[in-house]
Amino acid sequence: MTDLDTRAAVTIGHTGGARRGKRSFDPKKRRSLLLTVLLWLCVLYFVLPLWWLLVSATKDNSALFSTFGLWFGGDFSLGENLATLFTVRDGIFVRWLANTLVYSLASAVGATLLATMAGYAFAKYEFPGKRALFSATLGAIMIPLTALALPTYLLFSQAGLTDTPWAVIVPSLVTPFGVYLMRVYAADAVDDSLIEAARVDGAGEFRIFWQVGLRLLGPGLVTVFLFSLVATWNNYFLPLIMLNSSDLYPITVGLAQLQSAASAGGGSQALFSTVITGSFVSILPLIIAFLFLQRYWQSGLATGGVKG
Amino acid sequence: MSHSPALTTPSPPVAPPKRRGASTAKRKQHLAAYLFVLPFFVVFIAMLVVPLVYSGYLSLFESKLIGGDVFAGLANYVRALQDSAFLASIGRMGLFFVVQVPIMLGLALFLALALDTARARGSKAVRLLVFMPYAVPAVVATLMWGYLYGPDFGPIAQIARAVGLGTPDFLSPGSILGSMMNIVTWEFVGYNMIIMYAALRSIPAELYEAAEIDGAGQLRIAWSVKIPAIRPAILLTVIFSIIGTFQLFAEPSLLNAIAPDAITNSFTPNYYAYNLAFINQELNYAAAIAFLLGLFIAVVSYIVQLGSQRRERRERSAS
Repeated sequence: MTDLDTRAAVTIGHTGGARRGKRSFDPKKRRSLLLTVLLWLCVLYFVLPLWWLLVSATKDNSALFSTFGLWFGGDFSLGENLATLFTVRDGIFVRWLANTLVYSLASAVGATLLATMAGYAFAKYEFPGKRALFSATLGAIMIPLTALALPTYLLFSQAGLTDTPWAVIVPSLVTPFGVYLMRVYAADAVDDSLIEAARVDGAGEFRIFWQVGLRLLGPGLVTVFLFSLVATWNNYFLPLIMLNSSDLYPITVGLAQLQSAASAGGGSQALFSTVITGSFVSILPLIIAFLFLQRYWQSGLATGGVKG
Repeated sequence: MSHSPALTTPSPPVAPPKRRGASTAKRKQHLAAYLFVLPFFVVFIAMLVVPLVYSGYLSLFESKLIGGDVFAGLANYVRALQDSAFLASIGRMGLFFVVQVPIMLGLALFLALALDTARARGSKAVRLLVFMPYAVPAVVATLMWGYLYGPDFGPIAQIARAVGLGTPDFLSPGSILGSMMNIVTWEFVGYNMIIMYAALRSIPAELYEAAEIDGAGQLRIAWSVKIPAIRPAILLTVIFSIIGTFQLFAEPSLLNAIAPDAITNSFTPNYYAYNLAFINQELNYAAAIAFLLGLFIAVVSYIVQLGSQRRERRERSAS
């Protein structure tokens, strides 16, 4: 489902509730106990598995199999688990984390830049062929990743590029939905009169983009970046088919490999707690990033980022 | 796609006032615009158009032991349409779509509407916590639920045994599809909720202030004002769910390790294409399967959009 990820951006980045702020009539905000209880019951469903993961990361293998899953038990072994995790197979887990970081940052920066430039041009320029190009971009949103991964792999393999970081990064640079989002966003956020004024002052088109456009596109930019980042970070299919050497694996492929080693090798049960601790550690960066970047989508939601 | 209410083309900006030397200036602007879109379209063509065409090309060939690749016309497609494993995987995903997507989107819509009324305590925390699974890769989500489902030390089995229900079997051939639906629901309710919630926040308050003053209940407002107003966003989530469902891969491929009897190598169409290409080495046939699957998804999405538009038009003309 990874290729959907950038697509959520449209409503988050663009349709903020600017009008909500001007709300003139506010009914007495009655709290509803029933609603509160219902909502928090739902929250339990979403949080309990993660709670289990946290609790299990603190158990050694025997406690993992003998104590109640949703509460701590046995010795508190988080330290040993982490030590094992970071030293197993000469510290390959660190390598996987670093790979994931590099792949997703490179893809997200590149995808955001390409989408922003294209979206800005679609919003602010008239040029022959614009309609056709934009229609092609919209149509591409519907093309499922599946139809592309296999031929892309074959093409990369003919070019001798499989089993390199490029094989994961380059295909992740295309986000038709990011272009769509940036067009909608730029149409509102960048005033035509600002561009005209800059032209009258003699600024070139590229200077106008870098100095006027980019500054105004901030929130939209962050949204496209964030969702491209998640798309690559969580991707499993593409790196799985593209990469052979475990040195190049991102965390998703690495963990899947550890897990299959754990379930295949009956004697190596110690691996289970390593897989669980690894899973726990691997989701921390994104969860922290979302909490931290929350301000952006929060502010995007509150003010719409642009004039309503 | 261009008819989609969710993805409409924004109106073109007003033409700049004419000045002297406008044509040179205009040409300069055209050039700049082309240079802005060029990098995107270079990658677009290389990573999207070329693979798509190549996939179509590959699907027309057959690999023979003697003679190598020979042109086979539509033979691969004929084979796919008679391949009971492929058809069964499409049917399985159809069932998945019909059962799981309404549950997922219904729950997402309920949560979004509930949060929008701001009548529950800790709404902000609820929003964040429900959204959190989105930051968890499908691989980790599946690993985790795999352990949770475990008959020996999985907490669900532990609780079920403690209250005397016996050990539930989540990983049997009969229940694995449901177990997978649960994993996908867990992963994506928050994501869809955020799309709907953002759309709800952008509804002008005037639209329902009057109803509130008149004393209409929240349920009534949600049903007759809010849900119709965010129909484009809901349609967007439906389309993304279609694309996502028929492409499921990480979930079956990881569940296969713990439930090899329940997950066949053609459990989902995408997993089937992968196994054909990389295990059976039937590249050409896999290309045809992938192409058919892509076509199927595009057609279904298009029909859903068309249906939604027709309904909207009907309602508009009726009112």
